Amino acid sequence: MANFFRSVRVIAHREFLRFIQDRPRMISSFSMPLVFLVIFGAGFGRLIGEIVPDVDYIQFMYPGILAMPILMTSVMSGVSIVWDREFGFLKEVLVSPLNRSGVLAGKAVGAGIIALIQGTIMLAVAPFLNVPIGLRTVLALIPLLLILSFALSALGLLIGARMRSQQGFQLLMQLVIFPMLFLSGIFFPVAQVARWLEVLSKLNPVTYGIDAIRQAFLGAEVAGVTIFGHTMGIIDSALVVAMAGAVFLTGAIRVFNLRE
Amino acid sequence: MDVIETSNLVKRFGDLEAVRGVSFAVHEGEIFGFLGPNGAGKTTVINILCTLLHPTAGEARVNGYDVVRECSKVRQSIGLIFQESTLDDYLTAEQNLRFHGYAYAVPKGVLEPRLKELLEMVELWDRRKAKIRTYSGGMKRRLEIARGLLHRPRVLFLDEPTLGLDPQTRHRIWDYIHDLRKRENLTIFMTTHYMDEAENCDRVAIIDYGQIVVMDTLETLKDSVGGDVISVKTEDNEAAMRVLVGEYKLCPSIRDGVISFAVPRGEEFLPGFVSGFPVPILSVGLARPTMEDVFLKVTGRTIREQEADPMHEMKQMVRGRGRGR
Repeated sequence: MANFFRSVRVIAHREFLRFIQDRPRMISSFSMPLVFLVIFGAGFGRLIGEIVPDVDYIQFMYPGILAMPILMTSVMSGVSIVWDREFGFLKEVLVSPLNRSGVLAGKAVGAGIIALIQGTIMLAVAPFLNVPIGLRTVLALIPLLLILSFALSALGLLIGARMRSQQGFQLLMQLVIFPMLFLSGIFFPVAQVARWLEVLSKLNPVTYGIDAIRQAFLGAEVAGVTIFGHTMGIIDSALVVAMAGAVFLTGAIRVFNLRE
Repeated sequence: MDVIETSNLVKRFGDLEAVRGVSFAVHEGEIFGFLGPNGAGKTTVINILCTLLHPTAGEARVNGYDVVRECSKVRQSIGLIFQESTLDDYLTAEQNLRFHGYAYAVPKGVLEPRLKELLEMVELWDRRKAKIRTYSGGMKRRLEIARGLLHRPRVLFLDEPTLGLDPQTRHRIWDYIHDLRKRENLTIFMTTHYMDEAENCDRVAIIDYGQIVVMDTLETLKDSVGGDVISVKTEDNEAAMRVLVGEYKLCPSIRDGVISFAVPRGEEFLPGFVSGFPVPILSVGLARPTMEDVFLKVTGRTIREQEADPMHEMKQMVRGRGRGR
């Protein structure tokens, strides 16, 4: 067990070092969400008006935008295991006494730490958008961002655990990340779209993460996901995301432990 | 004491039998080499010994630990330098070494001084804060050697340690390795397909098509060629061959217009041979047998011929398949 925790710490530390030393990756993870915020906000803002009383489109979109760099970075940090394999570093890890499950969990924990940094930076734009931030919001955000990044990096790991090259990578972007992004209710309320789209959105674990983060900012009135007549609160949604993450991570560990 | 022991190690990949019953023992403090062409099964054996692959059959123990059942103890006690770089390109040399130190639970107080000592040994202390992607191939390999030693392993595995490096760097890396062995009583297991590199070993096993063909000390292997190698060029090679076989009772071979044969104590044999040989001689040479000659003798071909042979892989597949059924 001591070995497991040491493995988590060592791997998370490395993920963190790589992130802070890779400036282009850091900048690009923020630029896209901000572009979405500005363009969509300016483009649709007038057209849409208020989503719920006292919440305009930019305010509605902002919590999702805050989560967007985390979404991309977390999935990528999981999938980065493919890079590690291709550039050989994974071999250094695999022949070391580090615990395999701990290595994967370490990647997820590393993604969580990075997510908190990204979240903090994204919070800086909130005052310019008339989005209220209080201490309670910040305290609620910490566990929510951690859970979301954990679940998404676990998904990335599951995808990357058996992938042998980067060739499947474009496909992955188009078939997994973008659909998850657009079906997550960042840009529109899940309850107000076509039925088939609503079903797809509700199958997407990111939807619950975004909804919980939105409620942390704007209160329970903006809760947008209803399952069998039950409107999901912050804790309900957080549990769904955590469970999805646990399933992904367990799957990744099982796939990863298979040896020739 | 034997640091590595294997008995009847077998590894199949589907239909391909990459390792076909390999047994050997490596003694403490020796440099033991696996010599063979690409695809002979050398890397597969290393991967089994360092717990990256499970053997299909047979057993292997490293430092007394079973590679399947006690894999984490094996991992803690060995150091590895692979054919390809396994460094993190985006981190600095220092960060790569620290990662390794944490991973092998090297105590904090020991880690920093040892890190400095090793980086100085491989002459990279000045470049410790540079990212690995700015390193040349030789620098990376040197850093990997330093890293492989950071946790004081008892055995060092080197898989083609100087592949793709220039002669100067190869020489330097071998200097480090010999130095290390003297200082730390390290056991070294290496694979290579460079004949001259095998000269650094105490004992060598020649491996071909997944099996050990011959295994012994360098000297014994060289003596087995039959003494020194004499190569002559004559005006009429066919006539010369007949004389060598008929009158001298030797078994010469001819290659690229040069006849070569082995005699004991070549330097004493040569003067009489040159003055008394009936066919006019154009040139004559004398050499101690090299590993190349040993390889030629036991496999019937040179290692380069084999690698140039496009049928090689096919043959191996077919052989593997024949065995698999």
